[in-house]
Amino acid sequence: MQRFIRRLFVDRFANPILSTLEDAALVSLDGDHLAFTTDSYVIKPLKFPGGDIGKLSVCGTVNDLVVMGARPLYLSVGFILEEGLKLDLLERIVTSTAETAIIAGVQIVTGDTKVVPRGECDGVFINTSGIGVIPLGKGLSDSPFASGDAILISGTVGDHGIAVLSAREELQFQTNVDSDCAPLNDLIFSVLSVSSAVKWMRDPTRGGVAAVLSEMVESKPYGALIYEADIPVRDDVSAVCELLGFDPLHLANEGKVVMVVEADEVNHVLQLLRNHPLGRAAAIIGHITGEGAGYVHVQTAVGGVRRLQRPAGELLPRIC
Amino acid sequence: MCLAIPMRLLEHDGQSGIVEIGGARREVMLTLTPDARINDYLIVHAGYALEILDEDEAERTLALLREIEKYGS
Amino acid sequence: MKALSRFRDADTVHHIATEIRRLALDRPVRFMEVCGGHTAVIYRSALTDLLPEEVQLLSGPGCPVCVTGNDFIDQAVALAELPEITIATFGDLVRVPGSTRSLTDVRACGCDIQVFYSPMDALTWALKHPDRTVVFLGLGFETTACTLAATLAECVRSEIHNFRFLSSLKTMPPALRALLSSQKVAIDGFILPGHVITVTGLEVFQFIAREFSIPSVVSGFEPSDLMEALLMLCRQIKQDHAEVENQYRRVVRYTGNPQAQALIEKMFEPCDMQWRGFGAIPLSGLKLRPQFSCWDAENIPVEVEPTREHPGCRCGEVLCGIIHPSECTLFGSVCTPETPLGACMVSAEGACAAVYHFAPLSEKV
Repeated sequence: MQRFIRRLFVDRFANPILSTLEDAALVSLDGDHLAFTTDSYVIKPLKFPGGDIGKLSVCGTVNDLVVMGARPLYLSVGFILEEGLKLDLLERIVTSTAETAIIAGVQIVTGDTKVVPRGECDGVFINTSGIGVIPLGKGLSDSPFASGDAILISGTVGDHGIAVLSAREELQFQTNVDSDCAPLNDLIFSVLSVSSAVKWMRDPTRGGVAAVLSEMVESKPYGALIYEADIPVRDDVSAVCELLGFDPLHLANEGKVVMVVEADEVNHVLQLLRNHPLGRAAAIIGHITGEGAGYVHVQTAVGGVRRLQRPAGELLPRIC
Repeated sequence: MCLAIPMRLLEHDGQSGIVEIGGARREVMLTLTPDARINDYLIVHAGYALEILDEDEAERTLALLREIEKYGS
Repeated sequence: MKALSRFRDADTVHHIATEIRRLALDRPVRFMEVCGGHTAVIYRSALTDLLPEEVQLLSGPGCPVCVTGNDFIDQAVALAELPEITIATFGDLVRVPGSTRSLTDVRACGCDIQVFYSPMDALTWALKHPDRTVVFLGLGFETTACTLAATLAECVRSEIHNFRFLSSLKTMPPALRALLSSQKVAIDGFILPGHVITVTGLEVFQFIAREFSIPSVVSGFEPSDLMEALLMLCRQIKQDHAEVENQYRRVVRYTGNPQAQALIEKMFEPCDMQWRGFGAIPLSGLKLRPQFSCWDAENIPVEVEPTREHPGCRCGEVLCGIIHPSECTLFGSVCTPETPLGACMVSAEGACAAVYHFAPLSEKV
């Protein structure tokens, strides 16, 4: 998919800002440093424990700005509605979008709505684009990665993925797991405002922690080693993964951040995360390595070492 | 093949029941384990209980493993 | 999660590995596991890192997706293209390539493919959608066969006529006998599939010791289960002894599960079956008994494209343990999990997929 995106879109649109393919584009405008991002939300089901597509469409775009070190300011929102969509469902989604924007401290300043014939979209598709500003001197450290830099995650993995799956009828399982969908600006700026030790951040959405870490090291002169036993996972998320054959590292998260932090500062950053309600379960899960450049390795719970499997795309339950 | 994990039987009506592990719950068919009782751990595969976990044997296995540990260290 | 975590303790696994080392086998030994579930645990836990060099693990024909030829997917794809058909399948089959297409490919063209965790959920779906004819793709070994037998028995009892079954069910003992008789590969011992034997019991595997004098151990699926099973195999080797031992005692009874066996017997009869890597193995498959023919999807008239296997695909040799996946020239170059040419690369338990995804860089050839 990445190769396809590069060939069809990136090469055609051809500009150095786009070609970095970061979570948000960093642009300069009359001396201000801005971040600009867009994302489209096409999830099914539209509502899931802990959220809905409206909430997700705000959090996802806000978080893409925040992980680049930008304070999110303004969003646009485009709705594509399937003819026949129930009005009360749409009202709930729009209310949720509005409420989440308030919590995230962003204004939705422009938008668009289109209706397509029945069957041409799954109820609602939403696109949100967002602009944020990178506060002077309070962004990410521009030091390159060094062997020994720590990899942290702000909390338990896989909650959103399992919450959405539990709402899918064909799998017929129940849990008490809610999506972790949340805007991360407050959490992240509670760290960035006092520490300059954060070198890199990503929110591990589709494809999970495995996807963001694999992308982080791909074609780079460094690798990463993570410790299976240290990855925070809820018991019920773990149980569903065992039952259906999923890897928690492949599941989507919508309210978590993965960070790379200077080794000397990791305990300070960890404490800052844990001081915040969204970061209570924050943990150190690994570190950057000189060996194994371009790959992520996992030290398994029993002490062996294997490579981290890249996620394949669609999550399919297994019986084999 | 054959992903199957132990899950505890919470309730049943003879034909099917509800099992749970770590807070995750699912309906399971008890066709193949008619002797299953509440609080038994059942080995669950593709929505069916295949067998009842023998807790005494599980403890014996763990005790044996602990013997190996003691001997080895 | 105590039910699982007790058998995953790292210290326990290390101490068993130390005990294996202490046995100091005087020659290299090759143990074959014949269960994709075991392949997955071995690679995902990186258990081989803990074993002494002289103990080598081989993957055998234990992945039901991998041992099923392209013809099954081709037939499923052809059925999917009939307008009244809904294909109901386990997730394992969705990405598997047939001769030209997979179920994912035809789903993108509008065919109705529904993924279920349980065949009973598929039967319930069929009841709610009487306008559709649901064809359930029956893939698996004895573990899955009994669940399918139970579902089909209920289907017959309730006279649900919009549910059909396409079988590619296979049974393990004939395949192991064929492997041993072929002498294609030297095997010093077997790690036997714990959940298959939960259903069948141990007796049908006794021929491994009685006729071929090869040690074998029925293993559970946690890291300490596999380690204990390997220790038991090494002890048999050391004592120059061959029997079928049961490591998975907390689940497997000697006689297996009689209800499961009875349901398989009631609904299915043995038939000859093609296995990738082996060709036809007599009486190694299961098909619906003739009295249930109106539920048999084999009877749905459909044109299926001629079956082709990819030239150069060496899945068959991988499945017999003759070559390591990295010895196939297609491995990792044209055949990858994103562009799989053979089932061993796309199945979550396939040996090729396991090596591609999990083998540490130091092991990659």
